[in-house]
Amino acid sequence: MEELIRIEGLHMIFGEKEVLKDINLRILRGEIFALVGPSGSGKTTFLRLLNFFERPEKGNLRFNGMETSGIINIRRRMSLLFQTPAIFNRSVFDNVAYGLKVRNIDKKTFEKKVIEALGIVGLSGLENQKARTLSGGEAQRMAFARAIVYDPEVLLLDEPTANLDPANVMKIEEIIKRIRNERETTILLATHNIPQVRRIADRVGILINGELIEVNTKDAIFKYPEDKRSEAFLKGEMIY
Amino acid sequence: MSSADFLLQGFIKAFELIFTLDPYILSITGVSIKVSGTATILAALTAIPLSFALAFFNFRGKQTLITLINTGMGLPPVFVGLFIFVMLVPAGPLGFADMIFTPFAMILAQYILVTPIITGISLSAIKAVPKSLIETVYTLGGNRKDAVIAALSEARFGIITAILAGLGRALSEVGAILIVGGNIAYSGSIGGIGEGISYTRTLTTAITSETSKGGNFSTPIALGIILIALNLSVNLLANYFQRRD
Repeated sequence: MEELIRIEGLHMIFGEKEVLKDINLRILRGEIFALVGPSGSGKTTFLRLLNFFERPEKGNLRFNGMETSGIINIRRRMSLLFQTPAIFNRSVFDNVAYGLKVRNIDKKTFEKKVIEALGIVGLSGLENQKARTLSGGEAQRMAFARAIVYDPEVLLLDEPTANLDPANVMKIEEIIKRIRNERETTILLATHNIPQVRRIADRVGILINGELIEVNTKDAIFKYPEDKRSEAFLKGEMIY
Repeated sequence: MSSADFLLQGFIKAFELIFTLDPYILSITGVSIKVSGTATILAALTAIPLSFALAFFNFRGKQTLITLINTGMGLPPVFVGLFIFVMLVPAGPLGFADMIFTPFAMILAQYILVTPIITGISLSAIKAVPKSLIETVYTLGGNRKDAVIAALSEARFGIITAILAGLGRALSEVGAILIVGGNIAYSGSIGGIGEGISYTRTLTTAITSETSKGGNFSTPIALGIILIALNLSVNLLANYFQRRD
């Protein structure tokens, strides 16, 4: 698969704490890459760096595969979904249409796209409902629709199912797989949910205490982990 | 006449004055709405951009300005009245403008009183917009302008509440406008039923002067009923927007 993003020697410090240490990683077009690690290991910071919310202390982010340059242009080809979605105090339709409106897409096109995106996440018919009255699972699915409505090349997902019930977890996982299969969207998923990684990831990176200790295909990393810390974490043993 | 009859007569006459659209009462109400409404609109035009600047930009003296605004929210009206009076009297620095005892002076005084209130409440409403929501604007491809618009949109009910709080304060204010407006009405016999037309006399200042005359309380009662009705309407509107938030 073609390389989409290359991360070289990425280093990040918050105050005295080294949050990310010399991260080197290649993200391939169309893959579901799971960044796995315990809480506080630096997963969220890594995604925020990729979405330009943080600046690295050292290192490079290369978006060579995206054929565009400049923060705003690269950002507009991506979408970052937070663990708890922030919802505009508007209708479901207005929330989902937001990314299209800021891109000045014409109304006829964006109406079609919003309805299509809501169909993918199973929220058809809720267009006019106030978004803040949705349940937790529905709100997260609406946030998914909002994130995919403008066909981003890269979807950054930060623990997207952490607060959801099993039924909604399953729905979200189906949406992730469907988006990748139908749109060839590259998905970078930060999670500590090991069964989820088994179900949907293509490749896995293990991030512990800011250090990317191992990267491999899902099958290889679960069958033959090279690092003892990876093995322990994937078995569900706590690591600090 | 018993005290109950005295009160009852006062209320009956007051309602008569209101429902017969007494020109004196109407002109006082008109001046009140015009002065407080204009002051509130001007204050909102200053306060809303100011609260956005304070919420979104860092600049020198920002913290001092916030402290001044917080202090301004509790400014004593009589002090503001005295300050404007000293500025506008013929011997004062702005005496050449010949604005003392005019509606302009009253608007200026209320503008000074109301601007910090609208700014302070609007700033709280804007700051209450979650950071994650602003970040969502950026993740979805928005720029700084989109983020400001989104914050304005999210804080809209809070800002409307701030404006209504400012209007309520202006309508019920008496100390400052009494000093700088002079409580003037045009008439040979001011205060008689159906006599006189207000120039700088408002609901609050008229209640003060009419009550101090003694004897006929129907006029101040009528003015009081209108003042309460106006403030109640403003508060009902504010409650409506708070509920929608």
